[in-house]
Amino acid sequence: MTEPLHRALGLTDDELGSIRSTLGREPNRDELAMYAAMWSEHCSYKSSKVHLRSLPTEGPRILVGPGQDAGAVDVGDGLAAVFKMESHSHPSAIEPYQGAATGVGGIVRDVVAMGARPIAILDPLRFGPLTDERNRWLLEGVVAGIGGYGNCIGVPTVGGELQFARPHAANPTVNVMCVGVAPAERLVTSAREVREGSVLVLFGAATGRDGIGGVSVLASRTIEDGADETRPSVQIGDPFAEKLLIEASLELVDRGLLEGLQDLGGAGITCAVSESAARAGLGAEIDLDAVPLRERGLEPFEILTSESQERMLAVVAPDRVDEVRAVCERWGLPAVVVGRLVDGGALRVRIRGATVAEVSARSLADEGPEYARPREPPEAQDDLLNDDPTFATVTTSPEDAFVTVLSSPNIAGKRWVWEQYDSIVQGGTVRGPGGDAALVRIEGTLRALALSSDGKGRFGLLDPYLGAAHAVAESARNVACTGATPLAITNCLNFGNPERPEVMWQFAESVRGIADACRALETPVTGGNVSFYNESGDSAIWPTAMIGMLGVIEDYRLAVSQAFGPGSWIYLAGESFPELGGSEFGEAVLGVVGGRPPALDLERERALHLLLVHAAGTGMLESGHDCAEGGLAIALAESAIAGGTGFAVTIPGDEPPHIGMFSESASRAVLSVDPSRATELEDAAAGLGVPLARLGETGGPRIVFDGVFEMTVEEAWAIHENAIPMLLAG
Amino acid sequence: MSGLPRVGVVTFPGSLDDRDALRAVAFMGGEGVPLWHADRDLRGVDAVILPGGFSYGDYLRCGAIARFAPVMEEVAAFADAGGPVVGICNGFQILCEAGLLPGALVRNRQLRFVCRWVEVRVETSISPLTGDLVAGEVLRVPVKHGEGRFVATDEQLARIEGEGLVVFRYCAADGSLGDVHNPNGASNAIAGIRNEAGNVVGLMPHPEHAVDPDVGATGGQPLFASLLSNALARVAP
Repeated sequence: MTEPLHRALGLTDDELGSIRSTLGREPNRDELAMYAAMWSEHCSYKSSKVHLRSLPTEGPRILVGPGQDAGAVDVGDGLAAVFKMESHSHPSAIEPYQGAATGVGGIVRDVVAMGARPIAILDPLRFGPLTDERNRWLLEGVVAGIGGYGNCIGVPTVGGELQFARPHAANPTVNVMCVGVAPAERLVTSAREVREGSVLVLFGAATGRDGIGGVSVLASRTIEDGADETRPSVQIGDPFAEKLLIEASLELVDRGLLEGLQDLGGAGITCAVSESAARAGLGAEIDLDAVPLRERGLEPFEILTSESQERMLAVVAPDRVDEVRAVCERWGLPAVVVGRLVDGGALRVRIRGATVAEVSARSLADEGPEYARPREPPEAQDDLLNDDPTFATVTTSPEDAFVTVLSSPNIAGKRWVWEQYDSIVQGGTVRGPGGDAALVRIEGTLRALALSSDGKGRFGLLDPYLGAAHAVAESARNVACTGATPLAITNCLNFGNPERPEVMWQFAESVRGIADACRALETPVTGGNVSFYNESGDSAIWPTAMIGMLGVIEDYRLAVSQAFGPGSWIYLAGESFPELGGSEFGEAVLGVVGGRPPALDLERERALHLLLVHAAGTGMLESGHDCAEGGLAIALAESAIAGGTGFAVTIPGDEPPHIGMFSESASRAVLSVDPSRATELEDAAAGLGVPLARLGETGGPRIVFDGVFEMTVEEAWAIHENAIPMLLAG
Repeated sequence: MSGLPRVGVVTFPGSLDDRDALRAVAFMGGEGVPLWHADRDLRGVDAVILPGGFSYGDYLRCGAIARFAPVMEEVAAFADAGGPVVGICNGFQILCEAGLLPGALVRNRQLRFVCRWVEVRVETSISPLTGDLVAGEVLRVPVKHGEGRFVATDEQLARIEGEGLVVFRYCAADGSLGDVHNPNGASNAIAGIRNEAGNVVGLMPHPEHAVDPDVGATGGQPLFASLLSNALARVAP
């Protein structure tokens, strides 16, 4: 017995019912395909909207909040930073190279659609353990895909994150973030004057059969056995076409030829046209005969929902169409008029003179279903919390534990990854991959954007509220460690099947965590993306709220790096507690993923950021480094490795050494200062109420934990540097 | 006329480091002149840079399509007349494809793209980029390419070496050679070469990304300084 069409397309019986009542009749096949795409979880946020509304989205520097292609923040001098993060996990699980490549392409077009030039890409990634050959294949493919696309379009990949956890084996997490810059008054937003009679111009690549049902089939269901059959739903990227599309789009914006601009991503033409029309309170007529096709014989529903890459839709006043065509032609891109905006709210689709679909634009774009799905903590949640490594008996020596944690793939150096990315094209990269946050200068100014992406897998599993709040805090701390002020976030929320109450609980808790942390740190949410259905069988990925933080440093020449130099005093700012719950030490040394994640006091966190920004701005720091994953010992080692300079420290506290060395207490940073400025730092910390403890000093070729163990910086460097290449060698 | 040396930078569809090259020329005191692939016009420049990127998507073969761009006829004529021509990364690939330089650039030995700061040793003063330098000087510059391994037939290689056409080699900070310093497996650690006449040079490293101290090392400065003095010599008094 065959499945009814609406179910095969991913619509429920109830959803079909509300389509019927909106239309006042039975939808035809093409209309059903349009609704299935637009009302998919991926496009409509139907399970998440009810929670996302609680996020703080306003602030004095927020120019554009959620709901547009990307968010925008005032970064001074009349300039706006535009940024957004998105998931391309589902396609990457099926075809890692193209999945990741088209993820980059899509997020870059989101930024371009705002009228901004993309200036940076960051890619936070999660895979299963590298001991498994398939996970190595996925990682290699995804990294090659990000590089293959990003390198070819001339946007530097300046940062990201890479972690490993078994639940991400079947469902790797591939998030991509893009940041752009535009003059604030030239941002292309729906606030612009879009009029009835305006013409819809489709430009860029031709439309083919790739990516049909990408949002409804791939991104809104779990991946089960036989996933290979969905491979045709993965789109194929052409970065050269994207590069031309970027230049043509920005020239169109610069010359003031556009009323609106939309990228074609999920749900293709249907999404771009219905959103353009709905935002203007209008309807639209489109003529599918005008759409350039890659092959003959496409059905209307295929043209309407194809996710072929490298296409944009411009809204243009009728008298500017010729100029728009000329610009596209100069860049070698086909541009055709496919329709126009009309009064009334109907979206009418014609092919060969016949109307094949007539639906309300607003019902497609804005009136999708909304679910308050049941939620409930997983039964085993308390057992997880009670299995706390903080109280475990530890027989491993501190030195062995240090080597184990430093060479753990989560902690180890990621050079193998980021050397495959062009991180310097455009000439603005003041600080590239490998540090706390990347710094990309804004041309013609002394300002730089500080960018960091962070997610807390284990913390999220153990306590999704705290995990998400920690991710916000850590990303802000990373930005502050360079001396920049954290301003706003974007995010990508990666979860399992929202129809399961445990997953929905994880999601709701995470959103609550983000909301509280963003309010306290005054970094509003400018937008983001939700990726559900990251599970196979009943095994979901760890709930992963990935945060993309954007900050600004007023003078990048004062930026602080994590590298130690000789002759400085080392301080720990913030306070350490016995908190090994959810730590890298717990998993790597004891094999335990459990316990209570460290407490997070957001007032203390904010005070630390103020200290970091003040200390950097007055030039008193020799180095500054976030103290998080792996704990104090790892933060110290990373600063030593980065600077090729050793240190001698005493770990404070009366507990066994592993507690002080590997606890992952929040709101801490490792600082070094010239001794002549030590009093200044101490006074500043006291003034802001930030605890400050002197640990020792920098210099020499050895890292020395007084009375515990020592080794050379070179040995530590080799352990840190070689771990991932060795695992990849199999 | 401003009297500044005018350095043209050609933009092909898919060029990426064109703006960076223009910025570097200006940073070093020259006048950068944007040139367009479809124009048969070099706008009277005193030197030409073919910048890095992925011209025409590098489909078919790196640089294989760009060599047929209308502007390339003008570049070839300019080179024939002794004008200084510099090909950086993809520009180097285009010069090889166009037959203005011997050899070819193929996929890196490790089969992966590599973006890394490296040291190169100057091998000769005879080139538009090294006129102000002496052989043996070591410069820190970045590379970023997937297909940057210089190869040539044994015969070509013998001629390149015999006639002193190698301009740059990958090396250690002290100038010594070693496989570990060679980022792509290039034959004889070759990072850049010139033509017999000494007015055309191609190199895989990106000197245009190494002039501004705010974003890294400055090994590109003396190279651009040489190019500008070379170009200045051609400015009519």
